[in-house]
Amino acid sequence: MDLKGSLCADTWGELPKRMSSNNSSFADFDSQQPQQKWEDQIILDYGMRMNSPFPEFNQPQTQSPLPCNSSNQIKFPVQMNEGLQANKTEDWDPKAMLNNLSFLEQKIHQLQELVHLIVGRGGQLVTQQQQLITADLTSIIVQLISTAGSLLPSVKNNLSTAAPSIGQLGQFTGVLFPPVDDLKGGVQPQNSSGRKVSNNLNHVDLGGNCVTEQNHTVEEHELKDEEDAEEGENLPPGSYEILQLEKEEILAPHTHFCTICGKGFKRDANLRMHMRGHGDEYKTPAALAKPHKESGSEPMLIKRYSCPYAGCKRNKDHKKFQPLKTILCVKNHYKRTHCDKSYICSRCNTKKFSVIADLKTHEKHCGKDKWLCSCGTTFSRKDKLFGHIALFQGHTPAIPLDETNKGLAGPSDRREGNEATSKIGSSINFNFSSNVPTGNGTQNDMDTKGSTDDSASFFSSLNFDTCNFDGFHEFPRPPFDDSENPFSFLIPGSCNYIPKTGGDSSLSTLK
Amino acid sequence: MSHSIMKKQKVFETINNFDLLSEEIVFLILDCLNTNPLDKKSFSLACKSFYSLESKHRKKLKPLRQEHLPKILTRYPSVAHLDLSLCPRITDNSLTTISSACNSTLRSIDLSKSGAFSGSGLLSLSLNCKNLLEIDISNAIGLKDAGAAALAEAKNLEKLWMGRCKLVTDMGVGCIAVGCKKLKVMSLKWCLGVGDLGVGLIAVKCKEIRSLDLSYLPITNKCLPSILKLQYLEDLVLEGCFGIDDDSLAALKHGCKSLKALDMSSCQNISHLGLSSLTSGTGGLQQLTLAYGSPVTLALADGLKKLSMLQSIKLDGSVVTCAGLKAMGNWCVSLKELSLSKCLGVTDEGLSSVVTKHRNLKKLDITCCRKITDVSIAQITSSCTTLSSFKMESCTLVPREAFVFIGQRCHSLEELDLTDNEIDDEGLKSISRCSKLSILKLGICLNITDLGLAHVGMSCSKLIELDLYRSMGITDTGISAIAHGCPDLEMINIAYCKDITDTSLISLSKCSKLNTFESRGCPFITSLGLAAIAVGCKQLTKLDIKKCHNINDVGMLPLAHFSQNLRQINLSYSSVTDVGLLSLASLGCLQSMTILHLKGLTPSGLAAALLACGGLTKVKLQASFKSLLPQPLFKHLEARGCVFQWRDKGFQAELDPKCWKLQVEDMVGGGY
Repeated sequence: MDLKGSLCADTWGELPKRMSSNNSSFADFDSQQPQQKWEDQIILDYGMRMNSPFPEFNQPQTQSPLPCNSSNQIKFPVQMNEGLQANKTEDWDPKAMLNNLSFLEQKIHQLQELVHLIVGRGGQLVTQQQQLITADLTSIIVQLISTAGSLLPSVKNNLSTAAPSIGQLGQFTGVLFPPVDDLKGGVQPQNSSGRKVSNNLNHVDLGGNCVTEQNHTVEEHELKDEEDAEEGENLPPGSYEILQLEKEEILAPHTHFCTICGKGFKRDANLRMHMRGHGDEYKTPAALAKPHKESGSEPMLIKRYSCPYAGCKRNKDHKKFQPLKTILCVKNHYKRTHCDKSYICSRCNTKKFSVIADLKTHEKHCGKDKWLCSCGTTFSRKDKLFGHIALFQGHTPAIPLDETNKGLAGPSDRREGNEATSKIGSSINFNFSSNVPTGNGTQNDMDTKGSTDDSASFFSSLNFDTCNFDGFHEFPRPPFDDSENPFSFLIPGSCNYIPKTGGDSSLSTLK
Repeated sequence: MSHSIMKKQKVFETINNFDLLSEEIVFLILDCLNTNPLDKKSFSLACKSFYSLESKHRKKLKPLRQEHLPKILTRYPSVAHLDLSLCPRITDNSLTTISSACNSTLRSIDLSKSGAFSGSGLLSLSLNCKNLLEIDISNAIGLKDAGAAALAEAKNLEKLWMGRCKLVTDMGVGCIAVGCKKLKVMSLKWCLGVGDLGVGLIAVKCKEIRSLDLSYLPITNKCLPSILKLQYLEDLVLEGCFGIDDDSLAALKHGCKSLKALDMSSCQNISHLGLSSLTSGTGGLQQLTLAYGSPVTLALADGLKKLSMLQSIKLDGSVVTCAGLKAMGNWCVSLKELSLSKCLGVTDEGLSSVVTKHRNLKKLDITCCRKITDVSIAQITSSCTTLSSFKMESCTLVPREAFVFIGQRCHSLEELDLTDNEIDDEGLKSISRCSKLSILKLGICLNITDLGLAHVGMSCSKLIELDLYRSMGITDTGISAIAHGCPDLEMINIAYCKDITDTSLISLSKCSKLNTFESRGCPFITSLGLAAIAVGCKQLTKLDIKKCHNINDVGMLPLAHFSQNLRQINLSYSSVTDVGLLSLASLGCLQSMTILHLKGLTPSGLAAALLACGGLTKVKLQASFKSLLPQPLFKHLEARGCVFQWRDKGFQAELDPKCWKLQVEDMVGGGY
């Protein structure tokens, strides 16, 4: 546990340098985990920051000019090693490490035995026994986790590394984050191949202010969606490393997990608050402080993310690959593009979203989309509607229903209007009827045909009443040229109706 | 129907020589019967064959009441142009009647001033009248976007005027933009609900636009680029568009090459900078109107130098500097029209430098340029000898001798406005040499007498309009000379020529084309003289006999009988009573009545008269009647399309001339 504090945030800059040879050890460790759930959470915890999809670990990363770096699908122990080496942490001891590992092994065996025991009894336990075993298990697991935790860089440091990486990318968009020589930890450049490459870059001392600023931006970036903003980013290939999360990791509800009880959180701040319950050592100002990098940043390559969905433009194998900027971008992108839209707006019951934030944004404006096009698209802003109409042939602004009613019934009284129309006979009524379907928008073909077949209805003023003021004029259509014959439209080709491109709703109703 | 006509024509064949003429030839003859609308009426009443011929021939119709529309539309099957601006009220009912009766023969319809219709009426019109090319729905104040959307169904529409349709927004105009792609002329004046988006969409969708009036719209610079991209745009009116300023105009490098006329009057935020950038790309500009705009300085005049096709420029109401006028004088172009009306700062020096260079001026307006003297007049008359229209109202520093130059040098004058000037009989004698003169305004010319006017009457036989308002020196002799020498006279104003008697009116009754007669404040005029006018001048449409105290009910009776074209009457301060007013009800055309301070008028008499005059659209009444008559009566009349204007002015023996002038300007639309 003491390691946590001693490890500085710079560690992670140095970590993704080289593929570790003893990653297999972790794999072993991994396989030995009897409690898959716990293991998943731990991995997810770090995976969010370190991006370590195990299955792809050994895949060659052709995209990256820094094969070592990019393929460094980091394993915790490895990072540990390297990070500790790099930082020359004084009290770091391989022997202690080994001790810890063996302790872990021991505990895992204990756990295994326990589980075997349970299996052996056929799962039938007395309540008391059950409780006993549960208590045992709990204690073992807690020990396991805490020891495993000590193997890793501290939670605090983990968080701090994650935060600046986002912050830096947000702040220095398109700017290479250059390595700095005078690192506190005393970096050994010769250790790292990535280091050699980055040495060629300009060295800029960013200073402490920079770091704090970066930290300030973290929360904002969590809220903002950067997926769009990064479109303009034009990083030369190879100037950044590509990380790719797995689908499961992306969809995991929580990204920060308590190393003691395993509870998941969405934000590290919430986790820190939670940690206070686990003991006084978590209540120190240092533990509660916002994790940040120590002053004097370290050499670090910009991280960019790849979407795991094959064929996606955001996938690193795509020809015109456009990387995602942050993990949040990855999550939002993946959900929006490759997941079902399961959140339905409770107001309109039509709009669906896969990201809750999107739904909430929509719900704020839902119902306010009063700018309607004849194609059925709604806009919250009038200029957007007019831009849309200017772009598409045949689309026309749709006058809201209530106004249509009022406008058509008009200042002259309604009764007069009806009289008038009933007097002028079939031709007018026909025209009204022909417009009805588009006006309703949602009315389907069958309805339309049904109403048009019923020729008698054209001559009744009742029909006029029901159809005309249904807002048929919402979507004005070119009328039939031959308005004299109310049935002309029933004969194919007899009418001069020219369908406008893009007038989907009208086409579907008139076919 | 047509079958029976054929039969009747056959019957006539044997007896009527007129039937030797083919229908086409008769139509050609009818085409010539344009001057008097009654001519065709009497032709059609001659016999049944003429009746049917005339019915078939008539293309234009200007009915007074909507009630008769079904009948007249069946009588005139080939009506293509329907002017309903005289109908006090046009309902949806009428529009559906029109649309089913006229169908595809209808080419144009004028619904301005009769906006009781709504979207449904317009819809039936635009759906049934496929060939409708022109529609005027100006002043349809109640019309909403739905109405505009209905109009958008008229796919062949080429001309659309919708001024003052204040409730129409971008949405409605957007519908029209999408629907009426063939639009060539569009006026959106005073459509206060329409902004950049609607106008922008018009410019994007209606590529054929030739003429666009965007006066007083709340538009900004945003819609200008797309407007200027209209490749056929010739006439653009941006009057009173306060949202347009210099900054954006400077960014508009590409002007509209096709533009011929531009009106940027009252654009407060446009200076010479914006103007020069706007006009730099519009090399073909012929007419430029910058009334009430930024000062006409050297910079502005220099900026407009590039306009090599410019023929007309109007700077009314702007501040003008001498340097600006001199720079205008140095333009390479030769202007045909120049208006400096009500411009401040026009001096002899500046004006002279302009007119000496632009010798081909046909129209010159220097109304209220109060600083100019005989120097300018001498310069104008010597250089611009081909002037056809010269307006110099209230150039008070010009001495009487200077007016002699006008007659000596400008023989082509057709219109001359000398209102409120020092001209005397010598000047009039000289001006009488302008034999083409058709409009002559001599109001408030206190130095002229019958002597001078007699010269005009003798020589200016083409005179159509004569204004002698408050030219006190004129008596019956002068008017008689005019009546004798100017048979084409259509309009005469002898208001406050106090010495005029019935003799003048009797002589004026020979002018059969007279349609406007104003004789306010002529105390010697009686009903006898008015009767003579009524009998002789059948085309009388406007009559103003305010303060003619000696005119009473006796004068109304012949008026009611003969003046069937009378539309507007002012009877204030006359001795007309209930009887006279009620008798006017037989005038089917009567639309506007001003009846203030009629001593003999009782509330019940007024009520009867108002109810009887079915076509009234505007009545000016004393406010006291408002409480004396039942409110439902007013509601009923208002529903018929009548607007009441209540006046609460005390009895005035004599009005201040300026005050009266303003009223007249309101009434006749700034005739002065």
